[in-house]
Amino acid sequence: MSVPVVTGLGTAAPTGLDVKSFWAAALRGELAIAPIRRFDAGGYDTTLAGELRGFSPMETIPGRLVPQTDIWTQIGLYAIDCALADSGLELAGPGLDGSSSRGYDLSVITAASAGGVEFGQREIENLWAKGPKYVGAYQSIAWFYAATTGQASIRHGFRGQCDTIVTEAAGGLDSFDAAARALSEGARAVVCGGCDSPLSPYGLVCQMASGSLSRGKDPERAYAPFQRHADGYVPGEGGAMFLLEDLSSAIARNAPRRYGWFAGHAATFSADVPALISAIEQALASARVEPAQVDVVFADALGVPERDEHEAAALSAVFGPHGVPVTAPKTGFGRLACGGSALDVAAGLLSIRDQVIPPTVGVVAVRPELELDLVADRPRPATVRTVLVVARGAGGFNSALVLRTVDAASNHSQ
Amino acid sequence: MSTRRPVITGAGVVSAGAVGTADFWSLLISGSTATRGITHFDPAGFRSRIAAECDFDPEAAGLSEREATELDRAAQFALTCAREALADSRLELEAVPRHRMAVVVGSAVGCTISLEREYLAVSGRGARWEVDQSVASPLLHSFLVPSSVPGTIAAAMGVRGRVSLISNGCTSGLDAVCHAARLISDGTADVAFAGACDAPISPITMACFDAIKATSPDNHDPAHASRPFDMTRNGFVLGEGAAMFVIEELAAARERGAHVYAEVAGYASRANALHMTGLDAEGQEMSEAINVAMSRAGLGPADIDYVNAHGSGTRQNDRHETAAFKRSLGEHAYRVPVSSIKSAVGHSLGAIGAVELAACALAIDTDVVPPTANLNHPDPDCDLDYVPINARKHRTDTVLSVGSGFGGFQTAVILQATPA
Repeated sequence: MSVPVVTGLGTAAPTGLDVKSFWAAALRGELAIAPIRRFDAGGYDTTLAGELRGFSPMETIPGRLVPQTDIWTQIGLYAIDCALADSGLELAGPGLDGSSSRGYDLSVITAASAGGVEFGQREIENLWAKGPKYVGAYQSIAWFYAATTGQASIRHGFRGQCDTIVTEAAGGLDSFDAAARALSEGARAVVCGGCDSPLSPYGLVCQMASGSLSRGKDPERAYAPFQRHADGYVPGEGGAMFLLEDLSSAIARNAPRRYGWFAGHAATFSADVPALISAIEQALASARVEPAQVDVVFADALGVPERDEHEAAALSAVFGPHGVPVTAPKTGFGRLACGGSALDVAAGLLSIRDQVIPPTVGVVAVRPELELDLVADRPRPATVRTVLVVARGAGGFNSALVLRTVDAASNHSQ
Repeated sequence: MSTRRPVITGAGVVSAGAVGTADFWSLLISGSTATRGITHFDPAGFRSRIAAECDFDPEAAGLSEREATELDRAAQFALTCAREALADSRLELEAVPRHRMAVVVGSAVGCTISLEREYLAVSGRGARWEVDQSVASPLLHSFLVPSSVPGTIAAAMGVRGRVSLISNGCTSGLDAVCHAARLISDGTADVAFAGACDAPISPITMACFDAIKATSPDNHDPAHASRPFDMTRNGFVLGEGAAMFVIEELAAARERGAHVYAEVAGYASRANALHMTGLDAEGQEMSEAINVAMSRAGLGPADIDYVNAHGSGTRQNDRHETAAFKRSLGEHAYRVPVSSIKSAVGHSLGAIGAVELAACALAIDTDVVPPTANLNHPDPDCDLDYVPINARKHRTDTVLSVGSGFGGFQTAVILQATPA
C-alpha cells in the first residue's frame, strides 16, 4: 500500500519568505495585510492585500529565468527550490532499483489559478498601446497556466508526469491527490503544491468582480471570517510547495524530514453545504479516520458571511457544534488563491511537528451562532496527530485533505 | 490491479469547418482543409494572418441566451460538445448519482479572448496600467480563473463529484482524458465528462506566437498553410475548437447497451526537461511515454494499427516525433499509418488533443484513417507513411495518439476497440 509522506517543504508567505519565519509569524499571530504597494490602488474598492515583503527574484532564482517568468512562477520556483533542498533528495541519483531513471520517475504537479497575470497585463498593454511587434518572445511561455510546472521540470530534470491542476483556491489540495496518483503509478517523488500572485491592477480588478473581496480599509478588520463584521476576503500572493514520496522511499534514502502523511483527500462540486460535507466525509473515509480523531481543522474561511455559515454548518454536521478546534491563520495575510490552500497544508504539517495550533489572527467578534471552536488570539498547544484542511474554489469547488503523523502511517500499514 | 476499464461512449466536437462529430469526420476524410485568412479580427500588422476558425453560432448550437452572452467562447465550445457527447452516449443522466459524476476539462489558455476583450474596456485600449474598475464586467473573475469552464459544464449537467481543469499547454486535451480515465479506473467516479477546449484566436495569442515565429506565415495560401511532415512546412496554423467525451466503466456501459467507441487502454506522460519551447531531434521522452502507455495497455508495437501524430507542422516537432515513433515502434513505425489532422483543422492548443482523440475514436468506429492533408513534398527526415492527401480504408482497432507541448510535455494515449 502506498503511503505518501511529505519530506520537503518550501513556503513563501506575506508574513515570511521561509518556513521558519512564516511559522514564527503564524504562531505570533502577525498581520501582513497592508495597503497595496506595487501600484496605486487608492481608487479601487479593494485597497489591501497580503504582498510578499522583500522577495527579490534576482536573488532567489537564476537570473536568466527572471525575464522569462511572471512573479507567480518566480515565487513557485523559489518555493520548489526550498522544498527540494529541505528534502535532501538526490536529484541526479539512480532510481530505487539502482538504475539511472533519467528523472522519468520524478514528477511536478502544481496548482495554478490565474497564470502569469502581471506579465500578461504588461504584454497585452504592449500589444494594444504599441502594436503586435512589441509583444515579447516570452509571453508565450510566461503567461500560460503550465509555466511554473514546465520551468520547474526543466530546472530540476523532472521528466516524469507533469501536470497543472486548476480548481481556483482548492488547487493546492487537489495537487496532492494528483501527486499521490503519480506515486501509485510508479513515480519516486513528486513536487506538488501551489503558489499564486494575481495582484497586477487587472488581476485585482478581475478578482474584485467575484464580489467576494473585502472593501475594508482597516488592515486589522478587513478580513474577518466567521466574525460579525466579515465583508469578504483580502487577496494576497505566495503559497507552498512540497516534496511527496512514498514512505518506503523516504526510509530507504533516509530522508532527513518526514513532516506527515498525506492520508486522504476528496473533492466535490457545488456551492452548497451538502457538497462540502460530502467532501469532508469522503476525505475522512479515504483516510480511514473518524471525525473524533481529527485534532484541528484548517478552514477555508472565505470571509463572506453566507459562505462562512455554509462552512460552519458543514463542520458542525461532521464534528458536532464546537466539536473540533478550527483555525484560519490566513487571516494574517489574506487568501492566496491556490497558494493559500497549499500554505494551509504547510501549517498543518508544522502543527503536527510542533504540537501546536496557530491562531486565527485579529479575532474580535466571532458569530456565536456558527458554533465554532475558533482558535483565536494565541497559539493553542494540543496533541495534533490528524489534521483536516478544507478549501473551496470559486464557482463550487470543494476540497478536503487529511494529514496524519508519519507514525500513524507506520501503524496503519502494519 | 483494477478491473474497471474506462471507455468512451459518447463524443462531441466543435472544430474548424465542423460543428458536430458527423461533419467533423466528413471534413477529415474528405482531405479538405478548414484553414483560412483570419476573420475574427483585423490581422493587419501580424506576421501570421491565418487561422483555423470555427463557424460557431451559439444559438444554432443550442446554447441559451445567457450561455451565449456570459460564457467565454471556449466554454461555449466545451458545453456544446458535452451536450453532444451526452446525447451521443444515450446515457440517462438521471440514472447516475450526481456525486458519482466527474468533469475534467483541458485548456491551455482558458478564457483568453474574454480577458483580452474586457481588458480593452478597462484599460482604454492599453492606455492605463491602473485599469478602471468602474467599467469592469461582473464576469471578469470567471474569465480570470479557467476553472470556471469545467464548473460551467458541471453545473449544466448537475455534476457533484470531482471537477477540475487540467492546463498542460498543448497536451492538456490528452492529459484531461487520462485524468478522467484514472477517476473511472480507481472508482472515484462512474461517469466523466472529459475533453478539452481552447479559443485562442485573438490578437494577444497571435502576437505571442508571431514573436517566436511558431505559426505559419503563408498568408497568401491559407488552405495549404498547415503542412505537417512536408519538406516545405513552416509552422503551425493556430486553431480553435473543443471535443468532449462521456467516459464510463466498461461493464456498466455494456450493461446499459451503450455503443462503446473505444477503451482508454493506456496512457503516460513524460517531460523533456530541456526547454520551454524547444525539442531535440531524438524524441527520447515522447518515446518513453509511448513505451509506458503500451506497457500499461499490455500491447506491443505490432498491435498499433494507426498513429495519430501531434504533427504540428513546425520544423522541429515533426522530426522530433518521427524519431520518437521509430524509437518506440521499431520496424513497425515504417508500416503503421501515421497522420496529422492539424493539416485540416489547425492547432487548437490544449483542445487539439481531445479533438484528435475524437478522430481516433471515429477511425476505430469506421476503419478509416484520416489523411495528412497538404503533404506533397516528402521530407527525408520524416520518412514514415503519413497517409498523404487521401483517407485510407484500414482495419483500425488500436490507435496511438501523441501530443507534445510547451513546457516540454509529451503524452501518449492508446485507444482500443473493445471486443463485442
